[in-house]
Amino acid sequence: MTITRSDFLKLGLGAAAGLTLGAAPRSAGAKEWKLIRVATEGTFPPYNMHAPDGRLIGFEPELLQELSARMNIKCEMIAQAWDGIIAGLTDGKYDAIMDALSITPKREEVIAFSKPYASAGSGFAIMKEGAIKSLPGTGTRVSLTDEAATKAAIDELSKLLTGKTIAVQVATIQNDVLNRYFKDAATIRTYPSGPDTFLDLKAGRVDAVMASAINLNASAKKSNGEMIRSGYLFSGGLLGLGSAVGLRKGDPELKALFDTALKSLAEDGTLKRLSLKWFEEDITPLI
Amino acid sequence: MDIAFIVAVFPKLLAGLPLTLLLAVLALAGGGAIALALSGLRASSWVGARIADFYVYVFRGTPLLIQIFLIYYGLAQFPAVRHSVLWPLLREPYVCAVLALMLNDAAYTSEILRGGLRAVSTGAIEAAKVAGMTRLTMLRRIVLPLAFRQALPAYGAEITSMVKATSLASVVTLMEVTGIARAEVSQSYRAIEVFLCAAMIYLVLVTVIARAIQLLEARLSPYRRPALARSPA
Amino acid sequence: MDDAVTLLGFGPEGWGLALLRGGLMTLAISACAFACGLVLGTLSAWAKIAGPPALRRAADTYGVVMRGIPDLLVIYLFYFGGRQLVSAVAQMFGHVGPVEVSGFATGCLAIGLLSGATQAEVLRGAYHAIPEGTLEAARVAGMRHWTMFRRIIAPQALRTALPGLGNQWQSVIKESALVSVTGLVETLRAVTIAANSTELPFLFFLAGGAIYLAITTISGLFFRLAEWRAMRGQPAAKVGG
Repeated sequence: MTITRSDFLKLGLGAAAGLTLGAAPRSAGAKEWKLIRVATEGTFPPYNMHAPDGRLIGFEPELLQELSARMNIKCEMIAQAWDGIIAGLTDGKYDAIMDALSITPKREEVIAFSKPYASAGSGFAIMKEGAIKSLPGTGTRVSLTDEAATKAAIDELSKLLTGKTIAVQVATIQNDVLNRYFKDAATIRTYPSGPDTFLDLKAGRVDAVMASAINLNASAKKSNGEMIRSGYLFSGGLLGLGSAVGLRKGDPELKALFDTALKSLAEDGTLKRLSLKWFEEDITPLI
Repeated sequence: MDIAFIVAVFPKLLAGLPLTLLLAVLALAGGGAIALALSGLRASSWVGARIADFYVYVFRGTPLLIQIFLIYYGLAQFPAVRHSVLWPLLREPYVCAVLALMLNDAAYTSEILRGGLRAVSTGAIEAAKVAGMTRLTMLRRIVLPLAFRQALPAYGAEITSMVKATSLASVVTLMEVTGIARAEVSQSYRAIEVFLCAAMIYLVLVTVIARAIQLLEARLSPYRRPALARSPA
Repeated sequence: MDDAVTLLGFGPEGWGLALLRGGLMTLAISACAFACGLVLGTLSAWAKIAGPPALRRAADTYGVVMRGIPDLLVIYLFYFGGRQLVSAVAQMFGHVGPVEVSGFATGCLAIGLLSGATQAEVLRGAYHAIPEGTLEAARVAGMRHWTMFRRIIAPQALRTALPGLGNQWQSVIKESALVSVTGLVETLRAVTIAANSTELPFLFFLAGGAIYLAITTISGLFFRLAEWRAMRGQPAAKVGG
């Protein structure tokens, strides 16, 4: 079959058709919620993970169960790759995201958030026997809004991270921080999924991983001490205002439902209990 | 459908094109070499033929994605590999991706070669032997050229297949066209526009390559050109 | 650390059940996608053989586009855009309100579309391999189109098409692995989750490869059986290119 010029014309027309289809209108309107589908990754321990039998377990699945009871609405959790998890929400594939999604101004342009239910800092993990023996500032928390302290911490870290490779999950708040503060010092390698960063850290392909501190703790624990969290802990600023439920902008009633339920869970101490159970520390923000 | 956005994202995606092409070229070159070796192995002995068969069976029977994961993450699991002399190479996602693509391509190419070789008429081989050609000369001047011409349509399909397969390298952090597209989608949340752009880039690339192969086919087999192509008397 | 047998087994620590479920999902998606592809391929082949020029061009474009875009991108496009596409189509038919399209459905559709393009070529070649004489005889005997298709065209075409369709089936099984990027838990996703959770990628990706090999081998045997049955009474096939 010979390919002719008119085929290129058809390609162009086909592309135009495809583009216009994307502008198909969506029906809106106040909804009575009978079932809420919530997306999560299932690969971000201890927030969400898979049990061997395929169930989703972790802080967020259990939190969703509690929320569902409070809201008196059936909730369903599905696993979805991080790639396009927000695009799936705006597209209507599901109604909410509970995946340690931090509130950031950039994301708020596209979606809405409930009140935050967890607020952890972000830090680095290294291999004890790796190229970097330790990073300065372990145990110290720095707020990115404090410019002086931030600069000092970044400078200290950069000295040890110069020429090294840092792994991070693509399009995360930690990715933004690395791009802003460490781009000149170190090589940043982005991965589609979180667990891959730890696999490559263990393999020695990268020298450090930057992620949420709670997530780092989970991996460090699993590694029997070979992997440790080290260096300053950062929060605030580019790192957002804590993890919250991601929602579509056109669903204010859903946001209200989640907010009310979260408030009630915070007031009676359930949030704190869950946080202690899964994170071994209470990182419930003030709602 | 934000046209301004598409116009802005297009050059970002194009930046991945060199890597896409490099991956494809290396994969095809390496794959071709391994395929020739497999053909030799197949012709050498009964055991050799069974080994070649098994190789083809495994690499054609499993998805390329699993092959990439096995080589990139699977091998790195073993301290023995990490401390071996190959590690500086296997450390790099680039090497692992090319290796996986090469091994996969070799399986398909060796089957294509087999089909091409089978099509070389025994008459031609007999004539070559009678003319006193050594095995190597016979291979070089008679068998391989005829096999190549016969296999070209199938191999052309394999070439475009490999170009498309490079998109899987994005799962091991390589920033070729698809890798850049996925990162863009995660940052901008506009999946359809970005992926349509990327799809267009591949479509044009594959169409150009397919046309080039068609031209090559026509040149190598002029007697097969359809009657319509002949200029009017 | 548990050993390989425990991890792959069916006990509480074993991922065997998850892998098995993944394997069944792979079969399910592959079967649906192949069926989709068969329908699309038949329609497309018919359009290329006997359709009006406009339809023929449409079928050609379909083939060019599907063979020119990487499978991964097609799946992504369908996963993100499939809902809107189906909604648009549904609206064309008068359906009101949003349409629910599952990840499974978009995966099937995407792979079906991809497979249909190649199946169209296989079926078209098979049609052209039917001896012209049998078609003439059927027309002379006064057979109507559907009868002719059912009794003359389809059996003979299928005989030639079976090897090609068998190859396509194997391709579909392998392409189903790509649907894992959408989060659907088929074999590859199941082994990836297990590999990440246990940090034993080699074991689980090898297991995944073995599962795919098993599926392609067993279904390959079925196709070989079907080919053998279809070739009953036929002269030995010439070795094709």
